[in-house]
Amino acid sequence: MNFDKEYDASGLACPLPIVKTKKALADMTSGTVLKVMATDPGSVCDMAAFAEQTGNALLEQGEEGGKYVFFLKKA
Amino acid sequence: MAKKMALIATKGTLDMAYPPFILGSTAAALGWDVQIFFTFYGLQLLRKDLSDVKISPLANPAMPMPVPMPVMVQMLPGMESMATMMMKQKMKSKGVASLEELRDLCLEADVKFVACQMTVDLFEFKKSDFIDTIEYGGAATFMKFAGESDVCLFI
Repeated sequence: MNFDKEYDASGLACPLPIVKTKKALADMTSGTVLKVMATDPGSVCDMAAFAEQTGNALLEQGEEGGKYVFFLKKA
Repeated sequence: MAKKMALIATKGTLDMAYPPFILGSTAAALGWDVQIFFTFYGLQLLRKDLSDVKISPLANPAMPMPVPMPVMVQMLPGMESMATMMMKQKMKSKGVASLEELRDLCLEADVKFVACQMTVDLFEFKKSDFIDTIEYGGAATFMKFAGESDVCLFI
């Protein structure tokens, strides 16, 4: 999937992947896509909850090279 | 309108310092308005220097230890500092944020910190002990925000 910006939260534990994803989204324009990578297994549920509550759509999620990968479309 | 969360932080040990800052920074990231009311030992979390925030194995039987440690040993001088150092090392190795980092993330995200005036006076804390970005208030101040909140927790 195409993306406009990438943020790697690998090695970080809750709540940093979510809080830092929010910060990474801050300077992006509406409709652009952020790719987030994480190693925290809790981030799988948390990223979905973050997307649902903030309106930033979770376009796709999966695993890539042993990491969790998320694509978020900025609201 | 943004959801609101009101927290009361009453504990000043390392383990109990995490929940208010984790929930505060996360809720703020979700767009919530957050206010944390620090009272009694929770006031320690507002100090400029957080290095005195410690964890004790004593009277804390649920704390996982690398080797079982009799209570008589837990009482020895330096055990609290050692347990704190080991806990901090473990947290760092697991990618858990430091208290300082989480507190800064809260402040960056406009989480409002309110120090309980009564307990500040009770323990004779000085305003200069605390970080600058806090307000002072009492129970009525907390109730005003808590009364409009969607989530309200006592920690």
